[in-house]
Amino acid sequence: MSADGSGAQPKVRAIRVRKSFGPHEVLQGIDLEVQNGQVAVLMGPSGSGKSTFLRCINHLEQINGGQLWVDGELVGYRRAGRKLHELKPREVATQRRSIGMVFQRFNLFPHMTALGNVMHAPVLTKGESKDEVRARAQTLLERVGLSDRMDVYPGQLSGGQQQRVAIARALAMQPTLMLFDEPTSALDPELVGEVLEVMRGLAEDGMSMIVVTHEVGFAREVADVAYFMDDGAVVESGPPQDLFGNPQHDRTRAFLSKVL
Amino acid sequence: MELANPAPGSPSAAPDDGADLALVPLRHPWRWLSAAVVLLLLVLVLSSLARNPNLDIGTVGEYLFSEPVLSGVRATIWLTVVAMILGVLGAVFVAVMRLSANPVLSTVAWGFTWFFRATPLLVQIIFWGFLGALYQRITISIPFTDWTLIDAPTSSVITPITASILALTFNEAAYAAEIVRAGIVSVDRGQQEAAAALGLTSSQTMRTVVLPQAMRVIIPPMGNETITMLKSTSLTAVVGGVELLSTVQSIYNQNFKVMPLLTVAALWYLALVSVLSLGQYFLERRYGRGDQPTAKTPGALQRWVVGVRGGKP
Repeated sequence: MSADGSGAQPKVRAIRVRKSFGPHEVLQGIDLEVQNGQVAVLMGPSGSGKSTFLRCINHLEQINGGQLWVDGELVGYRRAGRKLHELKPREVATQRRSIGMVFQRFNLFPHMTALGNVMHAPVLTKGESKDEVRARAQTLLERVGLSDRMDVYPGQLSGGQQQRVAIARALAMQPTLMLFDEPTSALDPELVGEVLEVMRGLAEDGMSMIVVTHEVGFAREVADVAYFMDDGAVVESGPPQDLFGNPQHDRTRAFLSKVL
Repeated sequence: MELANPAPGSPSAAPDDGADLALVPLRHPWRWLSAAVVLLLLVLVLSSLARNPNLDIGTVGEYLFSEPVLSGVRATIWLTVVAMILGVLGAVFVAVMRLSANPVLSTVAWGFTWFFRATPLLVQIIFWGFLGALYQRITISIPFTDWTLIDAPTSSVITPITASILALTFNEAAYAAEIVRAGIVSVDRGQQEAAAALGLTSSQTMRTVVLPQAMRVIIPPMGNETITMLKSTSLTAVVGGVELLSTVQSIYNQNFKVMPLLTVAALWYLALVSVLSLGQYFLERRYGRGDQPTAKTPGALQRWVVGVRGGKP
């Protein structure tokens, strides 16, 4: 991976990214740029394509057009002349190891303890020693406030606790970019705060993050840049104060009036 | 309950407010009668068997732990274990083929399952037993070269035992493949996505994330498969095996004590299947870990086991 923190190179750069499911074009040319250490928030009505776009960034979805770079490296493809060649599954897996992802439905591995969930991928994919990974996993679980729940299976944790384990699990791979796909949408209202708190801490530590969320308060406070999407396109973008305080488009205004 | 203030309009509270009256449960005379009839029939059958000299309990006792019978029992267990292990390995292979994106692989896997499930196991066993009638010699060589790896008369390679193993393995692979496939499909898509997002390769995902979870769905029917397999080994008696039924048959062909020796075999099958059922219960408990209990209403056997172990249900 090319030089981090050079400042010149954006963390994530998307140019005219297109994606179709059959005849239905869910992304109609998305442009986006997120700098190192920045937090970007994607907002918009359901079906607007924001989750699909997020899943393109780590190649869980394959793009059908445009180009997408993370750290200056094309995601899922190799360029040769005028052609983009799809990467082999093993190469895609390697690319994904520096990109963490947190899902709406947590997707913890139910047959492993919280600690087991956090340790699993680094031990398996990076060949690190178990003791080394365990120490790091314990630190991460402490950091998300679950030092007393390490040996518990996901089924015995609340939604908020599960999501915090999921964040620790993603961080255990020592990613340089974190993707959050509606991380608080499946939570009871009183559990939302604990997850946002962890995410706020991550942002303060300088993690580059792209967050799909409906939490306007969080976006205003933490995000450096906000994108409003509708019908597979970016309607408008800018600093969250401007986007939420003074939206330029009717569509944005109509949406914000419902979520605010 | 507040009885001091009856609601207005309700029947006036008599001094006898019903608190001390005895409750009379509904009587079930038909339950008693049907139980009596069933017990009577059972006693009649058992006493008729006990008084029948052809059953000959003495001979049953004589052969139950005799060396030839015990060696037959060992062979049955051995055959079950080998055919089950090979069959399940084959099943995982066939199930993964079946779910593959490659249409040729998935169609061939479907055809394999279709063929071995749509022909009777007994026919398959006889087929493998008489393979020599189809190919007199078995020759494996490298195509387009003169190198030969194996060249032998079929009868020396396909003994009754190898024929039994082949037949049981292929048949089991076909049945178990469907069970494994159902197990894999039952695991939430999100699990594979989470594993992929963490950078696991697809084989790592299958091995460490999908299959362990699929086990919860696979284990209970696999227990049944093992029990069926144990009993199916007796079918290999038609090609002259060494397992329990064949052993018993060769004994009663000499002394003509058919019923006592079949009883010996039946008692052993009963005992072995009971042990397997017990093992299945513990396996289900183990793979239910980290999730809601799988055995929601424990059966009689399970309650008995838990009782013996002093645990709480």
